[in-house]
Amino acid sequence: MLANYGLIGLFSIVVVLFTLVMVITPIILRFLKIVPSNPNPIKNSIFECGMETIGKTWVQFNFHYYFYALIFLALDVLVVFLYPWAVHLRQLGLFSFFVVLILVFIVLIGYIYAWKKRVLEWK
Amino acid sequence: MTIPDLFFHNLPMTAVPPDWPGGYWWHWLFFTVILIGFVLIMIMGATWIERRGLARLQSRLGPNRAGPFGLLQPIADGIKVMLKENIVPDKADKLVHWLAPVITFVPVFLIFAVVPFQDGALLADLNIGILYVVAISSVATVGVFMAGWGSSNKYSLLGAMRNVAAVVSYEIPLVLAVVGVVLMAGSMSLNQIVVGQDIPYILLQPLGFLLFFAAGCAEINRSPFDLMEAEQELVAGFHTEYSGMKFAMFFLVEWGEAIALSALITTLFLSGWRGPLLPPWLWFILKTLVVFFVMVWTRGTLPRVRIDQLMALAWKFLFPLALINLFITAIQILVWPAANQWVLVVINIAIMIILVVLWSKLFFKLGWGRVEV
Repeated sequence: MLANYGLIGLFSIVVVLFTLVMVITPIILRFLKIVPSNPNPIKNSIFECGMETIGKTWVQFNFHYYFYALIFLALDVLVVFLYPWAVHLRQLGLFSFFVVLILVFIVLIGYIYAWKKRVLEWK
Repeated sequence: MTIPDLFFHNLPMTAVPPDWPGGYWWHWLFFTVILIGFVLIMIMGATWIERRGLARLQSRLGPNRAGPFGLLQPIADGIKVMLKENIVPDKADKLVHWLAPVITFVPVFLIFAVVPFQDGALLADLNIGILYVVAISSVATVGVFMAGWGSSNKYSLLGAMRNVAAVVSYEIPLVLAVVGVVLMAGSMSLNQIVVGQDIPYILLQPLGFLLFFAAGCAEINRSPFDLMEAEQELVAGFHTEYSGMKFAMFFLVEWGEAIALSALITTLFLSGWRGPLLPPWLWFILKTLVVFFVMVWTRGTLPRVRIDQLMALAWKFLFPLALINLFITAIQILVWPAANQWVLVVINIAIMIILVVLWSKLFFKLGWGRVEV
């Protein structure tokens, strides 16, 4: 099994190199004068309907994103627990089914609460 | 097994062929070359299918000048985009701006490492295959957010934030739909899942397929869920400030992810490489292209949803249905382990229709809720 991960690790190294080559090729071509490079202040400004951007771009997030992120965290952890159960359901039998049902029910209370509190509405 | 064997008639049947010297390395080299070639060629084919197919759906011709039927258009585009000037805004975070396409691009290839093209013909037959795919595919989101953040453009940042919100929301129905398949197959290895599919799981898991398809389309920003690059609102979303090769890489990612999703749907729901007469790898590619065409078709048919509808669809429709689907599948496996599969097919399709209709009548209907934007 470790050998398989080795294959994937080696493959990922090749893919990263391949991707870097794709990014670097135009830079090399620029030095060979094949790709043009005529920067000017207008061209290098940020795209915004032809005028300067007002204020800072790197603003704070809308707080609402965190609600989604929090619900996502709770549910995603739940899903990760479901995977090993799903693989071995046939051996584990009916008892494990009820255990998982209780687990899901506990998390679902939070989910229904969030729905009723209108957290799932995009504002 | 000798090397000519490998290239001509039968691909290696185990993940690590032990019976010839250096087997491990040959296996790795062979599949590395095959996978990179496969992904690039499929992306070219996908762009061609998308542009020509979409043009047909909209009663136009599409690109038809480069080569017969415009077949060489992707190559022409590639050369053009390679020779374009690379513009980086002065205010941009240069390193992040530069690294973003790389980080977005790599996971697309890595997904294919565990997708079987034929029985045992895959780079690495991980026993947690599908979990690996779910984990790896999430990395691309980091790259997209880096692109939005590094560009120092408000449109880009908004697009990237929307992307993260959508991916986070649709991750859960997607993964839950996969759990249904894992329940049926009793294994997470993609090869084992295909071997176990005597009846394609699209019939045994029709609801799971629908959920996976919808959530997957949202996950990879395809229409009707492509709000992160909605032209009317956000110029081009997170890649507004990109040009030249880096812009092209974001487009390659878009189609690469579409192909990866098609390949996954093929593997999980359409019985992968299995099929009569034709060689298995050809079946795999054909099914992948058919699924991809359905995605193009959806894009040509459905209007784009609004952002609040996008989030609501994930949380109020797909997620509860995915949970219900999961437990129905578990009950079926536990209570009728030896039931006739075709009876289950009929029951499951009926359950799917009832659930979708009832849920959309009772709890959530797309277009309800807030009207003002």
